[in-house]
Parts: sequence; structure tokens; C-alpha cells
Amino acid sequence: MEGTLDTTIEIALTVNGAAVRRRVEARRSLVDFIREDLELTGSHVGCEQGVCGACTVRVDGALARGCLTLAVQCDGAAVETIEGVAASGEIADLQAAFAVANALQCGFCTPAMLLTAHELLRGNPAPSGAEIRRGLSGNYCRCTGYHAIVEAILATAATRRNT
Amino acid sequence: MKPAPFAYHRPATLDEAFSLLDRYGPDARLLAGGQSLVPALNMRLATPAALVDINRLPGLDAIVFAPEGLTIGALARQEAVLRSPLVARHAPLVAQAMPQVAHLALRTRGTVGGSLAQADPAAELPACAVALEAVLRVARRGAAREIPAARFYRGIYTTALEPGEILTGLVIPALAAGWRSHFSELARRHGDYALVALAAHARIADGAIAEARLVFAGVGLTPVRAGRAEAAVSGRRPDAATLAEAGSALDADLDPPADIHASAALRRHLARVLLSRALTALTAGG
Repeated sequence: MEGTLDTTIEIALTVNGAAVRRRVEARRSLVDFIREDLELTGSHVGCEQGVCGACTVRVDGALARGCLTLAVQCDGAAVETIEGVAASGEIADLQAAFAVANALQCGFCTPAMLLTAHELLRGNPAPSGAEIRRGLSGNYCRCTGYHAIVEAILATAATRRNT
Repeated sequence: MKPAPFAYHRPATLDEAFSLLDRYGPDARLLAGGQSLVPALNMRLATPAALVDINRLPGLDAIVFAPEGLTIGALARQEAVLRSPLVARHAPLVAQAMPQVAHLALRTRGTVGGSLAQADPAAELPACAVALEAVLRVARRGAAREIPAARFYRGIYTTALEPGEILTGLVIPALAAGWRSHFSELARRHGDYALVALAAHARIADGAIAEARLVFAGVGLTPVRAGRAEAAVSGRRPDAATLAEAGSALDADLDPPADIHASAALRRHLARVLLSRALTALTAGG
């Protein structure tokens, strides 16, 4: 049986492809682990109750809330953050479309918006505006009113279909 | 906020999990998907001494069809259920409900067992389980039992689970001939908890509702089966007179709460709207 009365646990995982081994407190959330221990600050901490979506990351290829996942649960997992996904180039077109459409102002929600939008387009290459809004319903933006974000995703979808 | 400190255990077998529950008693909480428990930890509404992480217990995430019905393991992720061809075929009510459960990034981790055992009165899966007359499988050291969904829900966040027990799965009876399902929900925003939701399962014969099970979420302390409305519609076609009578009967079935999201009167109104839509949809096309 793993674990002891000790409230810290040693974990080993990959983050953006790099092997990481750390001892963490069991109560450490994944997003705090990423931000505070690994100093990758592109994943943001907003509500800490799963509502705002700003902490969204990928765990074993699936989107997850970094605030509702404990770091210890990711022992053995492959975690990807906006830093890794952006560096890979896979969302370069989406990032450019966000800039062109003014789809961000303060930028707090943007990393999670990009990850969520990318996942949406992978599942649905030709979404309607309504489908995009539904797909983003778990991600809050308090600046843009969402319209420019929807425009940027529609534009990216059209470009991807034509290339 | 951040959680208070706790010990963390990751049992590899159910027996190890039972031992941990014995050892900590009420000071331990089971961690499945964590999509309800972790917010409670973060807000320090829950301050357990230990978490027993059951995510790596083998075999509990299976979705299997057998003659007695469809079994969904407690650790099946909600997104896996949403995408399961077996669920779509054998439990269309659940398949229809799943897109309403939170958002993709929560469904990828949130589990069926967690949703059932959390017993949030506005959650979709408990209402589906009651409407389908499903059975919850529960294990404890050296014993197992099955609890009909209708007897599982005792109050808000309160179930028939006893100390030392772990919910292991949901068994949905095989679809019988003539039965149809319709799940509908109204919320302020897609993915929010329902203001009102309706899990409707009915046997249709010659365009009429031979018998119906109508279970509402968001209108009481548990899933609420609308027995008077069921009686009012049975043997009837959903014409204007039937819908009006069913609506009146439904008013007597429900005593919805008022909260910051909606007044009781609004919930009553929305429940009638969903009932009319469901009865019409269930009988569409004969």
C-alpha cells in the first residue's frame, strides 16, 4: 500500500515532455504545483472551484482543471501546459488569430481559452458560432464579451479546413 | 483558498481501501474524480484527515452489457460514458443527459460513481438512475449489496451508503420493447447545475403513453419522481388537455426550493415546460 501518515508524497511525471520528480504536499493542486514548484506561470489560478476554467491543462492528453486535480494524482501522468503546447507550434495559428481578432485584453483567460478552443476544433473542425460558445461555456472571460474569441476560432477553423 | 493538510493513500485493491476506511473511520474521504470533493477541500468545507484515492483500483471503470442490463463501473469517467456506444444503445437516457454534465474538462475526470454518491439534488445522473429503476452496487469488506436508486437518495448530499462501503457500479436494466427516453434540462448557462431537469422514461404504444417514469432534478432534496403527473399521463396522448392536466398534477408533486438562481415559482413553471416538451418528444413519430 502506498502512502503514509506523512502528508507529503514523492511523485514522478512528465511536464511538457520533460521528466519531473518532486516531493509534494498531498494537498498541493496540480496548478499550484505547475506554477509554484515548476515556475510555469501560463496556467492561471482564478476561482479554485472549477468554474472559471483559467487553470485548464492537459493530463494524459485530456483537458482537466488544474485546480480540481491534486499533483499527487498525476504521479506517472503526462501533463501538458500552455507553455509546452505553444512551444510545439500546434496552436500557432490559433494564437495568431486571437491577436488579429483582438480576442484577448488582459490575457488571464487566454491560455485556457487556447487549449479549450484547440480541443474543440480537434473534435469538431467546422463548428458553428453557437457550438463554439457552448464549447467555451466552462471558460470565463471578463474582458472581451466572447465575441472576438468566437470570431478568432471561426477564422482558425476555416483556415485549417482550407489547408 | 487551499485545502487543510491531509494524508494521502492510493490503495491498489478494494481490500486495501476497506482497511483504510476502517482505520480512519469518518475522518477519511474517498477521492474518485474529485470534481466535487476538491472544491470542498479548497474551500475547507471538507477537512478530512486522509484521502483514499480509489482511481487506480482495477476494473472499476468498465462499461459492460450483459443480459441483465448495462453495468457502468463507478470509476467510468463521465466523458467516457458520453462517448460510449454501449451507453448510447442500451441507456439512451444517460447518453442524452451526459452532455449536460458540467464541461469537457470536468467530465474527463469526473466519474459516474462520484456523481451518483455526491447526491447533489440538481445533478443529472441520480435522476436518470431513478427513472431507469437502476440499481447501485455497493461493496464492503467481505460483502456486497445492491440498492435500488429510488432508495439510495435520502436527502441533500445524503445517501444510503454506510460507513466502510464503497459504491462500485450502476446497473441499468436492459431496455424493454416500446420504452423511450427523453432527457431535458434548463440552466442559466450550458454546463451549470440544472435549475430544473427532467429524466423521462416511458413506454409508448400507438402514439400514447402507456406508462411513464418522470423524475425531476433541481426541485427538491433528492431526485423527485412525479407520481401524480405519471398517473395523469398514463394511457393518454399528449394533447393540450393531457398536458394541462399533467401540469396541474405536477404542481402537486413538486415543492421546489427558492435560491439565488431561481424562485420556487420559476422552477414550477420550468418543470411544466420540460414536462410538456418531454411528453411531446416521447410520442413523436408514433
